[in-house]
Amino acid sequence: MAKIYSEKFINKMDDLEPKEETVNFLLSYSKALSVINCKKMKFEALLN
Amino acid sequence: MQNELITDATLVSSYIKGDEGALEVLILRHKQKIYSFIYSKVFDRDVAEDIFQDTFIKVIRTLKRGAYNEEGKFLPWVMRISHNLVIDHFRKSNRMPKFDNSGEFSIFSVLSDTSLNAEKTIIKEQVENDVRRLVDKLPEDQKEVLLLRIYNDMSFKEISDKTGVSINTALGRMRYALINLRKIIDKHNIVLTN
Repeated sequence: MAKIYSEKFINKMDDLEPKEETVNFLLSYSKALSVINCKKMKFEALLN
Repeated sequence: MQNELITDATLVSSYIKGDEGALEVLILRHKQKIYSFIYSKVFDRDVAEDIFQDTFIKVIRTLKRGAYNEEGKFLPWVMRISHNLVIDHFRKSNRMPKFDNSGEFSIFSVLSDTSLNAEKTIIKEQVENDVRRLVDKLPEDQKEVLLLRIYNDMSFKEISDKTGVSINTALGRMRYALINLRKIIDKHNIVLTN
C-alpha cells in the first residue's frame, strides 16, 4: 500500500498517456475501416 | 482552442459523416482520462495500452456501423466500454493466471522449486556414490553398525540385539565409523555437498 500511495506513484499517474503509436494506429485503423451496408446487413472492410 | 469549443456530440456526428479529423480530436481530448482510468485498474502499462486500443477499436466500429445513440455523453460511454474490457481482462487472467515480475516483490522469493534440476541430480548421484565407496572402506564391524543405524534406521538397542554386542560397543563402533569417515574425507579432500 505504501508503494501505491507514494509521491512517486502520484507523479507517475499524472503523466499517464497512451503511446503515440497506439493513437496513430487507431487513426489509421479508422481510416482503413469502412462499413458497407447491404440491404439489412452490414459488412466491415479493412482496406490497407 | 477552437477544438475545445466543439462539443463531443458535434465531433461524433462529424466523424459519423466521414470527418476522420474529428476522431483525432476526440482521442486527443480524452486519451489521458481514459488511459489513466484503465491504468488505475490494471497497474500495467502494456495491458493498459492494449485495453485502450481495444476500447477505441470498439468505439470506431460502433460509430462507423451507425450503432451509436447519443443518449448519454461520449466520454461516459467510452469509459463504460473500457471498464467492461478491464473486467474481461481480469476474467481472462483469472482463467489463465500469469506471473508478473515487474514489481518489487517477487513471489519466487517465498516459493521455490524443490525438485532437482539435471545438474543437481547428477551431483546428488555422485555424492551418493562417493559416500557408498567411503562406507565400503570402513572395517566390517563399524560398517555394519553404521548401515543398520543410518540406512535401516534402527536404534542402538535393536542393533545390539541383532549383532549380539552390547549397546556401548555398538555406540563405540558408530563413533569410530564416523571418525574414520571424516579422516578419509579429510585425507582425500573429498567434497560431499550438493
